Amino acid sequence: MRYAMAIDTNKCVGCTDCVVACQTENNVPIGYCRDWITETVDGTYPNIEIELRSERCNHCDNAPCVRCCPTGASQVADGGIVITVEDECIGCGACIESCPYEARYTHPDGYVDKCTFCLHRVKEGELPACVAVCPTKCMYFGDLEDPNSDVSKVMKFRKYKTLAPEAGTDPHIFYLI
Amino acid sequence: MKEELIISGRNLPHIDPHLNLWHWQISLYLFLGGLAAGILFFAAIVTLLGKEKEYEGAVKFATLIPPIALVVGLFVLIIDLSHMWYAWRLYVTFRITSPMSWGAWTLMLVTPLSFFWVMSYMKEYFLYWRWKEGWLGKIEGIVDWLAKNRKLMAWILVPSTIILGIYTGILLSAFNARPLWNNSILGVLFLTSGLSTGAATIILFGRSHKERKLFSQIDLILIGIELFLITHMIMGMLAGSQVQLEASELLLGGQFTVTFWVFVVMLGLVFPAILEIFELIGFRVPVYIPALLVIMGGVVFRFVMIDAGQLTRFLY
Ligand code: SF4
Ligand code: SF4
Repeated sequence: MRYAMAIDTNKCVGCTDCVVACQTENNVPIGYCRDWITETVDGTYPNIEIELRSERCNHCDNAPCVRCCPTGASQVADGGIVITVEDECIGCGACIESCPYEARYTHPDGYVDKCTFCLHRVKEGELPACVAVCPTKCMYFGDLEDPNSDVSKVMKFRKYKTLAPEAGTDPHIFYLI
Repeated sequence: MKEELIISGRNLPHIDPHLNLWHWQISLYLFLGGLAAGILFFAAIVTLLGKEKEYEGAVKFATLIPPIALVVGLFVLIIDLSHMWYAWRLYVTFRITSPMSWGAWTLMLVTPLSFFWVMSYMKEYFLYWRWKEGWLGKIEGIVDWLAKNRKLMAWILVPSTIILGIYTGILLSAFNARPLWNNSILGVLFLTSGLSTGAATIILFGRSHKERKLFSQIDLILIGIELFLITHMIMGMLAGSQVQLEASELLLGGQFTVTFWVFVVMLGLVFPAILEIFELIGFRVPVYIPALLVIMGGVVFRFVMIDAGQLTRFLY
């Protein structure tokens, strides 16, 4: 099993519903966020191209955050989901320094926190909160190894990219372009 | 023109708009760790060569610094952990892929050894204490035993101080997300710089002209190596990818240019090297001036690397 997400940059309207849904679902402290929307503007008016992306931890296959964590608090859970275990984390910040996507932050309680692909929901067979709530249905989530999952199906006929593949992290959030 | 904007709002403390998670605590710790490693390395080598009597400053007096440096370093490091009451978690596991884990365990070895080393010289520091009486009589046995086994300690210290000195650099170079740090020179560069500040400290504590001269020569060689490694590191970045080019710009025209070239390279390496050469060819130069400059350069170098490195990132 390998969970992954495909996000359609053409369908995303940047409404930030996914950000709010995540904050509510995961009790993210006020002023913090585990996912965010980036807008890339390319060109000069009137020849302009805009890309909207809902970004979060890429649940990398070759995750530097897991590699450099001195206690093993950053670890790979079921289905390749990268998580941090609160009471193993010492708050050294090595994982934050090591993430090319700045996808982690220090929780006000001291430990490091990040997107979990809503592991608690996924275990129950539900979709991550951000995917479930997206009004344009631009996110596809599922098991990459299952050819019939939503994510496998959409990636079969769409072009996609990953962010900073040159960082060598083998990210598992795919942006449909 | 390409522009990236976060439009959902995101202002994570110490991360946005650019990473500044690690501050003076880490820089200071990296410096103190390297310094302690440098001093203990030389003390161990002198002991293994059986020259303790000739180089007393190195084995007996400069070695008073490492226990203090390591305790202060560890203290600032631990108060910097945001989840510090869980720090013991470091010692219930060993993560072979994590330089920080290597460092934690190496410190666990070197810190006690640095104390034992000082203890082993107790009788020589306090010649006139009555070593046979009261509580001193109780610890006399331990002190004697440590003094007898100093060579054994030295054998353990040689590899472990090298690991300690080199790990402070590898810790940073393992982060491929920070292009300024992510080069294989940094480990050796930090080790060399640690040894050089160690040698400089020994000069300050030197007991004889011969000792100060020897360590001035050693320091001179180390400064040469360091200058070469810095050039090598910058050349490597200039021949690298876009992210590395941007990283090198911070030192070549960007925000850290003056601090780096004036305080680290000129005042911390080149100038003390010139003074040491003058000294060697017979001019009278107060030896503590180049030594203090080298130490200052070592401190500033760690601060520049920590601060500048966190500004560099992958662009996408
Ligand atoms: S995106 Fe960052 S936090 Fe997530 S797995 Fe990759 S390196 Fe780790
Ligand atoms: S901050 Fe926590 S999760 Fe991150 S590397 Fe340190 S111990 Fe591991």
